[in-house]
Amino acid sequence: MHSRAYKTLITAPPLLWVGLFLLLPYLLMFAHSFWIVRDGFLVHEWNLQNYHKLISNPLYVEVLLRTMRIAASVTLLSVFLGYPLAYYLSFHAGARKELLYQLVIVPLWVSYLVRGYAWKTILGSDGVLNGFLQYLHITHEPVGALLYSPFAVIVMLTHIYTPFVFLPIYASLEHIPRPLVEASHDLGANRLTTFLRVILPLSMPGLLAGATFAFVLSLGDFLAPLLVGGPSGTMIANIVQSLFGAAYDWPLGAAISVCILLITITLLSLTERFEKRWSFK
Amino acid sequence: MTRATSSAPPNSRAPILTACAILIFAFIYLPIVVLIVYSFNRDGVGGFPPQHLTLDWYRQLFADGAIWDAVLNSVIVAAASVALALTLGLLAALALDRADFPGKALFRRLVLLPLILPGIITGLSLLMFAVFVHLPLSLGTIFLGHGTALISVATTELFAGLQKIDRAQEEASLDLGATPWQTFWRVMLPSLKLPLIAAGLLIFTLSMDEIAVTFFLIGRDNTLPLEIWGRLRRGITPEINAISTLIFALSVALIVIWYRIRTRGLGTEPQDLLEQPKTQEQAA
Repeated sequence: MHSRAYKTLITAPPLLWVGLFLLLPYLLMFAHSFWIVRDGFLVHEWNLQNYHKLISNPLYVEVLLRTMRIAASVTLLSVFLGYPLAYYLSFHAGARKELLYQLVIVPLWVSYLVRGYAWKTILGSDGVLNGFLQYLHITHEPVGALLYSPFAVIVMLTHIYTPFVFLPIYASLEHIPRPLVEASHDLGANRLTTFLRVILPLSMPGLLAGATFAFVLSLGDFLAPLLVGGPSGTMIANIVQSLFGAAYDWPLGAAISVCILLITITLLSLTERFEKRWSFK
Repeated sequence: MTRATSSAPPNSRAPILTACAILIFAFIYLPIVVLIVYSFNRDGVGGFPPQHLTLDWYRQLFADGAIWDAVLNSVIVAAASVALALTLGLLAALALDRADFPGKALFRRLVLLPLILPGIITGLSLLMFAVFVHLPLSLGTIFLGHGTALISVATTELFAGLQKIDRAQEEASLDLGATPWQTFWRVMLPSLKLPLIAAGLLIFTLSMDEIAVTFFLIGRDNTLPLEIWGRLRRGITPEINAISTLIFALSVALIVIWYRIRTRGLGTEPQDLLEQPKTQEQAA
């Protein structure tokens, strides 16, 4: 129905912009990862040295493993919090459903920094939680290990990603045809069986989407460790950030970024495949 | 709402589940409540219970020039990013909906990438690009980063909006002799008004809050989140609680408006932002 000129007019500007300011920068990062720094200058000399450094330096491997552990914990915790909440809203909230749904998405858009800062004031050694514990005479001295630890990073990121995980799970629970659930009850299945055999499998695509999202974004987070993580909570993106800052080794930083990027894209395409297989038709 | 009431199975009393839901809500809201309460605490952040309520921190905040300069910078960047992202996002949504071109699948993935990639990757890529083409870091580079990354949000939101509007009106307009240009301005844009406003509000909020991409593209002028970030490193005062409380109040107001508009424009169906437009592939 539309002329070719019209189609070119709507296609060309976004294509050009995205090509120039998104694809080109990503490709540039890829290219950097094969270059090196010599005497403080970037040299466009193609080689695999950076990737070799990554594999052979135990520090990088250790931090990457720790990052994966933190991201996995955040993902698990977010699912354990997000799923029951979504289940409750979808099946038991009744008339309050709409209001409660809005209550979950409000914090979703409340500043990342504001929420991180809140945890810093809560978990600090002279923070709110320690004040509270001493007020109740549960402890008499501040519990020191709360802030500046991987634990604090996990708490903060779980707090941030729980609503993100909630959303797709809730959407997939809402899409389950209710007669299926009723049929399961009518045929004598108890609630646990109905949940395990009907609801859980049908909500798997949402669960996977949410879990992938939480994992991927935690994997590349560098702000939470800076804010509440301390030295023991350092994650892989902090190494990248320091390589781009004081350490000045952009190519090595780019190589680590490319690894994060590859892990991300692999995970995303895997879940996309699973989602297709498990989608209810 | 009919769906909501009929969905509960007959045995819908679930005390344990309800208790869990309340606890999870508490976990989500507790930090925000603590933050707000301590913005009124004279003796600073921490200590329990908070005592001697005061508005001093707010007074101090309103007299703080650096914060308001940063707010102004953030508003400028956010407004410009809304304009850029909406324009290109609308075109991209139209292109994905109505045109076939080589590399379409790749284009769709690429546009959405900043939404699902950690901010550090997008931020660093753009930093390398800026250095590569000798673009000095400034509010301009931050705008470039926000505007480009948020095309993803505009595209998904407006694509969803395009699915809902009646194509017959446009066809009628074209059949009755209007040019595609006239049809675009007089038929399509008006029917996309609500999705456009909703997407604009969302992009504005996201840009005002963005920190991971901004971190690497910042020049001499701070945006609000980076100004706060800088202060956090120097130690914490309830003044930060006060500005955070204001940011919270403002985001809630914007989000409530956004949600209202969006439900009117797109229906009550909760849409996952990341849900990829699939209709075309399935049709093909």
